[in-house]
Amino acid sequence: MNGRGQIILGIVIVAAALAAPLVFPDFRAQIAMLWVMVLFALTWDILGGQTGYNTFGNILFFGTGMYAAAVFQRDGGFDYFPGLFIGMGLGALISVALATILGSMILRMRGHYFAIATLGLGIAAGEIASGWDYIGAGSGMSPPLFPGAPGVSYIFFGYLFFGLALITFLLLAWVYRTRFGLALNAIRDNEDKAEAMGLKTDTYKIAAWMLAALFLGLCGGAAGNMLGFIDPRDTAFAGATFGVWMVLMAILGGKGTLWGPVLGAFVFHVTQEILWTHLLGWQRVALGLIIVGIVVFFPQGILGWARTRWPKRFGHRVETS
Amino acid sequence: MTDQLVITGVSKRFGGIVANESISLSVPQGSITGMIGPNGSGKTTLFNSIVGHHPVDGGSITFEGREITRLRVPQIARLGMIRTFQQTRIFGKMTCMQNMAISDADHGYGLMALLKPVSGETRDRSEALLEYCGLHSKRHLLAGDLSFGQQKLLEFAMALMIRPRMLLLDEPTAGINPTLINGLIERLIRVNQDLGITLFVIEHNMRVIMNMAENIHCLAYGKLLASGAPDDIRNDQRVIDAYLGGH
Repeated sequence: MNGRGQIILGIVIVAAALAAPLVFPDFRAQIAMLWVMVLFALTWDILGGQTGYNTFGNILFFGTGMYAAAVFQRDGGFDYFPGLFIGMGLGALISVALATILGSMILRMRGHYFAIATLGLGIAAGEIASGWDYIGAGSGMSPPLFPGAPGVSYIFFGYLFFGLALITFLLLAWVYRTRFGLALNAIRDNEDKAEAMGLKTDTYKIAAWMLAALFLGLCGGAAGNMLGFIDPRDTAFAGATFGVWMVLMAILGGKGTLWGPVLGAFVFHVTQEILWTHLLGWQRVALGLIIVGIVVFFPQGILGWARTRWPKRFGHRVETS
Repeated sequence: MTDQLVITGVSKRFGGIVANESISLSVPQGSITGMIGPNGSGKTTLFNSIVGHHPVDGGSITFEGREITRLRVPQIARLGMIRTFQQTRIFGKMTCMQNMAISDADHGYGLMALLKPVSGETRDRSEALLEYCGLHSKRHLLAGDLSFGQQKLLEFAMALMIRPRMLLLDEPTAGINPTLINGLIERLIRVNQDLGITLFVIEHNMRVIMNMAENIHCLAYGKLLASGAPDDIRNDQRVIDAYLGGH
């Protein structure tokens, strides 16, 4: 896809996104959730796709943001909106700090070892949260009630998540065009070689994870408010659902590409909602089969498959001039 | 000629296996220096020790008068000493141009320096070096789709992109066809003469190394067996016994 095509597609998506909650009032909650999914996939792909470091621990930043915002809203003494936004910022800050500290410890591990270490992070965080009275322990937390007519909250959060997803997307579009983006790809392709060429691979990996943590922290803070209830294992540190989905969506769309995670999130979320409606009771089974299908038939994802199928459309051609 | 790289009494063991035992040698500035020896004699291990891939068990290594024994791979690379690998390593899912762009060291390695688009200057230099290595028409192909020989050339072009002062080449001609070998050798010599880049080369192709190198070190069983000019090495009885074979 060329630059102009991407811009036109972008404008169409933005226009559709702005109109959607007004045109389909019955689907406001699902539409808002769709943007959360896009955020999940986009942020996962920074380290998982572009850098080749599969992580199952990103849910940690989502949950941290969720709890941090809720605690600030409870104890900060601000009105709803200032409390929410400052809380989101605080959650993002703590998430970034966590990514820095944990990253400098475990991002030195390579390949599967890193993936397994991150798997432990989400689980540990869930256990800690469900035993910590200050944040409601096992009975969870309820963020303050949204001030406004019922139903308006989904419009507000829908646009908020869309804005956040758009900013993330545009920022990543820029980052992936810089030499930092190339450095992440170099780490993915051959980290030993990247080091041998003088690249500060550890620094770049940590920075990439911090970027993911920043937006997941912000996302989590708002998501807790939209959902209205924070359960330590089922919403905040939901490794078995959100934590796995973010990986799947990125893989489905095509990891290591800019548009892949967005496409993956759309396809996955819509499929999941359809399953939920039409196969109630069997939706998890169907979802499981879809996951297996994705991994077996689309290991490179939709865009990865397209790139292999039509390499010239992606600019990989011999040029004699 | 002053010595650019000086290795003094370097040892490296892996468990009970002594890969390098108290090796001392030096590589003069601006020279082409060869390293030969039977398989398993510790040549690549010595390269790995020099570039900081693993800690050494003893001895010291200096590059341009600077102690580098305890530095790690990226730090040493940033000093201007770049190695290429026996099993060619390139960034396979990136295009040749991207491979070149990320190899450019002119803009530094800090995060802020990296958060900029690839400059026109980098692109021009990438194209020029790819042209030099005969890969210009393939510059938009994924590096992983190139043939093995072309990947070797790309790896060489990437190393030049850094503007290194010394290149450590691990079997640059292994596994590529004779025509490509001649082209590569010619380029290596030109790079040495025109740009003054010191070359330290591991090579099994005796025709190549004897013609290229000004001096040669021969390793066997982890020890330095002999050092000297190509003719001295060729006629050294110990080298003949251990490596070249009598014929």
